[in-house]
Amino acid sequence: MANFTKLSFKKGELNQKLADLFKGMMEKGVVDALLAPMIQPKRGVMLTLVTDPSLVGAIDPFAPVVPVNGARIASSITGKPSGRKTAMVLRSCEIRALVELCKLKQAHLDDVLLIGMDCLGRYENLDFIKLRAEGQSSEAFIEKALAGNTESGGCDVSGACKICEFPVADNVDLRLCIIGTGSDALYIESLTPKGDKALETAGLGIGEAPAGREAAVQQLVKKRKDACDAAFAQYRESTPSVDALEDRLANCINCYNCRVACPVCYCKECVFVTDTFRHNGDQYMGWADTFGTLKMPTDTIFYHLTRMSHMSLFCVGCGQCTSACPNSIDLMPMFKAVAQKTQARFDYQAGRSHEEKQPLTVFENDELVEVTGQIK
Amino acid sequence: MSEFEPKIVGFFCNWCTFTAADLAGTSRLSYPHNIKIIRMMCSGMVDPKYVIKAFLNGADGVLIGGCWPGDCHYINGNLKARRRVAMLTEILKEYGIDEKRFWLRWIAASEGTMLREVVNEMTAKLKELGPSPLNRETPGKKTPGNETPEKVNPEKVKMIG
Repeated sequence: MANFTKLSFKKGELNQKLADLFKGMMEKGVVDALLAPMIQPKRGVMLTLVTDPSLVGAIDPFAPVVPVNGARIASSITGKPSGRKTAMVLRSCEIRALVELCKLKQAHLDDVLLIGMDCLGRYENLDFIKLRAEGQSSEAFIEKALAGNTESGGCDVSGACKICEFPVADNVDLRLCIIGTGSDALYIESLTPKGDKALETAGLGIGEAPAGREAAVQQLVKKRKDACDAAFAQYRESTPSVDALEDRLANCINCYNCRVACPVCYCKECVFVTDTFRHNGDQYMGWADTFGTLKMPTDTIFYHLTRMSHMSLFCVGCGQCTSACPNSIDLMPMFKAVAQKTQARFDYQAGRSHEEKQPLTVFENDELVEVTGQIK
Repeated sequence: MSEFEPKIVGFFCNWCTFTAADLAGTSRLSYPHNIKIIRMMCSGMVDPKYVIKAFLNGADGVLIGGCWPGDCHYINGNLKARRRVAMLTEILKEYGIDEKRFWLRWIAASEGTMLREVVNEMTAKLKELGPSPLNRETPGKKTPGNETPEKVNPEKVKMIG
C-alpha cells in the first residue's frame, strides 16, 4: 500500500520546498548525503553529491536535462560502498540502468535511499543551457510539459524521452510525483519500508493519494508507447539490412562516445581499445589489397554490432548514446529496437526487477530447444 | 556461371564436433568442402563477435558445433552458447541476416555421420537461400572454374565496417 505526503508550493517555490525537505532529511539523520541535480554556476545543472545540509539550496531535480546517466554516477559512489547513507534523486532511465548495474555488482543499494522522480523528458545539454540562458525555469517546463507541450524556443526534449514508456520510476523507496497532482502540489510517495521510515523520521505525515494521478500517468504512458511503436516501425523500415546500417553509421568515426555515455555498457575495458584491435600495418595492407580500398578507421559496423551483443539485453533506452555522438548519428532507435527483440526473446525487461536474472547469467538443460531443433 | 558454393564458417568444440569431424575423416565419410572449420575448446568459447566478424567478412553461414546438453567437458559451456546464439540471432535478424544462416547443433564425438548430414543439409539450405547479403565478391580475383570474374557492382566493392 503506497503512502503519500502532500507538499504544497507556491509558484516559483518548488525548488525551495524540495531544498527544505532534503535539508530536513539530512539534519534529522535520515541520510548523511544527497545526490541530486543541482544548479552549477555557469555549468548548467549537474548531479551533485552534497554532505553539508546548509548547501542543498541549489537543488533543481526537475531541471529537464541529464548531462550524464546517473546510474554511472551512482555506480561510482556505491561500487565500492562508503557505508554512508545517501539519498539519490534519479529519473526512471537512470534507475532502470542502476538496477542492471546492481545485478552486475557494479553498484550497491544497501546504503541508498532511492528517490525516483516523475520525468517529462530532458533537453539535449546545449539546448538546455540555451533555454536556461533565456530564462526558462524547471517549473515553467513542468507546467508546459504536463499540458503536453515540451517544445520551447525551437528546442524539444530528446527523441528517447518522447518514446519512453516509463515516465514514473519503479524500484524506488520514494517517488517525487508531479504527474496528475495539480500545479501547486508535489506528492511524495513511499513504496518501501525504507521509504516509510524516511518519511516518518523526517516528520512527514501520511495523507491522501492524489486523485487523478493514475489516469494521468496511464494517459502519458499510452501516448509515449504509441510514439515508440511508430518510431520502431519507421526505424525498421529505414534500416532493414547491414547495408542500410552502414548508411546510417556512415559518419561514425569510432570515437566510442556512445559506449562511454552508455550506462549499461558494463565491460571494465572495452575490447575495441585493446591490442585485439590494434592491428599491424600488414593487416591493414592485406585488407586494402583484397578489396582495393579500405575505409579507415575500420571495424565500425563490427563495433556497433558487438556492442549490441553486449548491452542490448540491458538497454533502457535513455538515449545518452545519441546525445554523446559528435556527428549527430541518432543511435538510440538502433540500440533500442534491437534491445526490444533480444529482451523479448528471454522475456526480460531491463530494469524491471532486481529479482529477474540477466539472461546470459543463467541457463537450463532443457530450454530454448528451438535453437538447435534437436531432441535426443 | 557455375553453381553458387556457399562459404560456411564452422566453430567446432574440440571435445565433440571437432572429434566427430575427425571421425568422419578417418571413416572416409566425405562432406562438402564449403565448411571451413575452426577448432574451439568449447562451443561456450565462441564469442558473439567471432560470428559477427564471419558474417561481416562475407560468410554465407556460420555453424557452431557443441556437445549435447549434459555432456559439456566444462559442465555447461554449451548451454551458455545456446543462450548467446538465441540472443545473437535476434540481432542478426534485425539486419537481414536470416536465422537459417546461423546454426547451432549438438554433435557428439561419436556422431561422424551426423556431422556429415548436418554439413550436407546446411550447404543445401544455403544454396537454396543464395549468397548472404554481405557476401561481396572480390573483384578481379580468378578462382578455379571461374576464369572470367563476374561483373561486380562497384558500390559493393569494399570491406564492411
